[in-house]
Amino acid sequence: MIHFVLLISRQGKVRLTKWYSPYPQKERTKVIRELSGLILPRGPKLCNFVEWRGFKVVYRRYASLYFCMCINQDDNELEILEIIHHYVEILDRYFGSVCELDLIFNFHKAYYILDELLIAGELQESSKKTVARHIAAQDSLVETAKEQASSLSNIIAEATK
Amino acid sequence: MNPFSSGTRLRDMIRSIRACKTAAEERAVVRKECAAIRAAISENDQDYRHRNLAKLMFIHMLGYPTHFGQMECLKSIASPGFPEKRIGYLGLMLLLDERQEVLMLVTNSIKQDLNHTNQYIVGLALCALGNICSAEMARDLAPEVERLLQFRDPNIRKKAALCTIRIIRKVPDLAENFINSAASLLKEKHHGVLLTGVQLCTDLCKISSEALEYFRKKCTEGVVKVLKDLANSPYAPEYDIAGITDPFLHIRLLKFLRVLGQGDVDTSDCMNDILAQVATKTESNKNAGNAILYECVATIMSIEDNGGLRVLAINILGRFLSNRDNNIRYVALNMLMRAITVDSQAVQRHRATILECVKDSDASIRKRALELVYLLVNESNVKPLTKELIDYLEVSEPEFRGDLTAKICSIVEKFSPEKIWYIDQMLKVLSEAGNYVKDDVWHALIVVITNASNLHGYAVRSLYRLVQTAGDQEILVRVAVWCIGEYGDMLVNNTGFLDMEEPITVTESDAVDVVETAIKRHSSDLTSRAMCLVALLKLSSRFPSCSVRINNIIVQYKGSLVLELQQRALEFGAIVDKHRNIRSTLVERMPVLDEATYSGRRAGSVPAVVSTSQGAPINLPNGVAKTTSAPLVDLLDLSSDDVPVPSSSGGDFLQDLLGVDLSPSSSQTDTNQAQKRGTDVLLDLLSIGTPPAQSNSSIPDMVSPSQDSKSAINVLEQLSSPSAPAGGVSTPPGSSSMMDLLDGFAPNPSKPENNGPAYPSIVAFESSTLKVTFNFSKQPGNQQTTIIEANFSNKTFDAYTDFIFQAAVPKFLQLHLDPASSNTLPASGNGSISQKLRITNSQHSKKSLVMRIRIGYKLNSKDMSEEGQINNFPHGL
Repeated sequence: MIHFVLLISRQGKVRLTKWYSPYPQKERTKVIRELSGLILPRGPKLCNFVEWRGFKVVYRRYASLYFCMCINQDDNELEILEIIHHYVEILDRYFGSVCELDLIFNFHKAYYILDELLIAGELQESSKKTVARHIAAQDSLVETAKEQASSLSNIIAEATK
Repeated sequence: MNPFSSGTRLRDMIRSIRACKTAAEERAVVRKECAAIRAAISENDQDYRHRNLAKLMFIHMLGYPTHFGQMECLKSIASPGFPEKRIGYLGLMLLLDERQEVLMLVTNSIKQDLNHTNQYIVGLALCALGNICSAEMARDLAPEVERLLQFRDPNIRKKAALCTIRIIRKVPDLAENFINSAASLLKEKHHGVLLTGVQLCTDLCKISSEALEYFRKKCTEGVVKVLKDLANSPYAPEYDIAGITDPFLHIRLLKFLRVLGQGDVDTSDCMNDILAQVATKTESNKNAGNAILYECVATIMSIEDNGGLRVLAINILGRFLSNRDNNIRYVALNMLMRAITVDSQAVQRHRATILECVKDSDASIRKRALELVYLLVNESNVKPLTKELIDYLEVSEPEFRGDLTAKICSIVEKFSPEKIWYIDQMLKVLSEAGNYVKDDVWHALIVVITNASNLHGYAVRSLYRLVQTAGDQEILVRVAVWCIGEYGDMLVNNTGFLDMEEPITVTESDAVDVVETAIKRHSSDLTSRAMCLVALLKLSSRFPSCSVRINNIIVQYKGSLVLELQQRALEFGAIVDKHRNIRSTLVERMPVLDEATYSGRRAGSVPAVVSTSQGAPINLPNGVAKTTSAPLVDLLDLSSDDVPVPSSSGGDFLQDLLGVDLSPSSSQTDTNQAQKRGTDVLLDLLSIGTPPAQSNSSIPDMVSPSQDSKSAINVLEQLSSPSAPAGGVSTPPGSSSMMDLLDGFAPNPSKPENNGPAYPSIVAFESSTLKVTFNFSKQPGNQQTTIIEANFSNKTFDAYTDFIFQAAVPKFLQLHLDPASSNTLPASGNGSISQKLRITNSQHSKKSLVMRIRIGYKLNSKDMSEEGQINNFPHGL
């Protein structure tokens, strides 16, 4: 089971956090600080796993961003690397060659995509296409609602003119 | 319209926060934004709720408090439109967690959304439920989720499956409701549903043995077939990763098979073929393939034995271990750890490679490898392995040395074939990384050295040599100083010289030099310096020629600002100076330290209590102890002989249990300690604090005047208790003589000290079901100790079984309970249980006894318990 997902920038700034196990607010800040200290200084050739508080944290660096997932001792670390890559590929497809700025300004989109990928700390979908389809469908729902709202307000504005 | 809310868009806020150059600036921007959002919230602004929530989430991510936005999430979820719900659920998952009360308020909204006609809204609700639901919500919403497992759209089915995982993790009782619907998910073709369905079944099996049995019987073959089809499936672009179709599903199926096969031979047999196929056919040049192989090896290791498969698996791990990719090597080490319990021989074959991994530049790999090496050590390979590790210790990185040292010490202690080897290795570790060695480890080394009488000379000479080269290792210096103090003469005379040793000439003043350098070393701490002073004192007697010099060194510490050093210096100086004739007897060699006791204590069987109770003053005047101890001990022994249950014979038993060494001269002391320890245990058991003993009168007396047992004793007891002044010594004789008169019990006034005054019995506790009376007596010559005979009688018409009496007393009392005469109490007072208690009052004649009791028993095989406090003890006990 994945206990939490963290996206941390090279400078230690938090770009996304998702907690599937209960961590109190104070603890969360502490965890992030601890793990940044543990992961960010590691060299590029080293393995992508760090042991931490009896758990394992699997991380992978993409440009300036570290994608980290915390799992149990006996979970499959190599698979988590694949899940991270899976997520990154979906992000890449959605934003069109994703960069850190995309994730900063559209952080909520990154969360929506993650929610289509993981629930309760378990993988939900192994097809990138399916995830993309569901996200697109929900985005269009939002768009239609917006259009309706604006057209409604237009009608109201017209009527009250 | 609110003047703030027209303000910035989300994008602008992020931009302005990112433009901040200092933390203070950022705080100012955030404060302004938060103020605007609060204002919007208080005006119940709906137009910008969406945007405000998004802003709050960003602010939350920066680490600022955002609790004021929690209710906004709930409102947003409750609104009808999809966009509002979407952002509301996101906020709910980000800003709240399962422990917040607010979460309960959302249960109803989620329930409605689970029944919504729009499948994406159902999906949002399922996702939120799966990520943050609490046990209460899980219970409330489980039926909805169960229904959604059969929903027509696969997107909802897969979400419901994962949501179910969360539910059964929170409330395992619910697991059985889901077995059937989970099993039907295994027949799906849709990868997402199959993926989550397999995961759900795996989790169900872990929680419920009923589910495990069910899936084993009904689904094993199906799952094997699914895996077979998947492994043989043609190229499927949608699920392809590195030439493999859906590695995620592969891995989950293998995991599920592991759970099914573990502990069941038939099921394990059933999956052998497919496991062999996956293990041999999977491509291992990409991470995805290795992930599957790794999972496959884990499954082969866990299911019931099949020799051929295991060989295959170990070979895969061997290949992994020699891989250039650090990730692969890491998981290989990880898996070998598990394999070692299955086939340690096979793992031993890779010892050399594993040992190389201990020296890897990657801390994660080093740590794994070290732990694996630790498991690989046995009697036959301990010498070469230790040598390798100690050699590596010299070049290892500082941050790794702590772990490495601890493991080496542990290996050496556990497997050392002979003492001399143990001493050699420990000295090497001390000289390389002495400062990483824990206190108990070097203490153990000293214990071993004292026990090896033929190696005293060898040890002290080796230490002397090492200190010359590695004098900066404080712990090494400590051990050396201690040994030189004890065995300094052997150092100089070359006593007990071993053939393999290099000859060495050390003069008396060379030996003193070592100690002097150590005590004067700038970095030496208090412990080291204090040990040096003791060593100097000892040397002053061993080397009379140096005693003037030693005295000069000691004198320098008379003015030490550290009290401990000053005191030692003063006292030792006086011994060296003025008491030459007794000096040599004073500083004789330490008696051999008891190895068994020390190791027992290290093993943790004796908590800190022992050391404190040993240091605690014994409640007897010095001279008296010896004269009275013998008869007292006899008495105690007698009483324990009477005890029907021999397995728990009082004090001795306790001591054995705790592994305390008995010094032969003071058995009195030991019994006291044992009692004390017994009390401590009890105190912990009942976890009561120390009730103020003087508050007796304020607590209502337990013995009500209307009691039917109107014995003279009782009347008297009630007479005396209201008039009880706080612990008067003078009252007991008075009341007791009155009692004596009434009772016709003739006191012996000529020997009041031996018998002590007699005390009235009391009804210590009485309820509608049970009565407890206490009879008191004193042991001659020991006023502090009272022997209480407790009698229990049953007032109901049913017998009590498993009768247990527990008592706890405040710290100034020591309590010892002898075993009870029986654990069955017959009905209607047709017999009673008696139990002896021994209570020692360290504040005798100042404070009176007080006790809290708990009585447990079974009445018609139902557990009953009663509790009470006893404050009506006669005074002067």
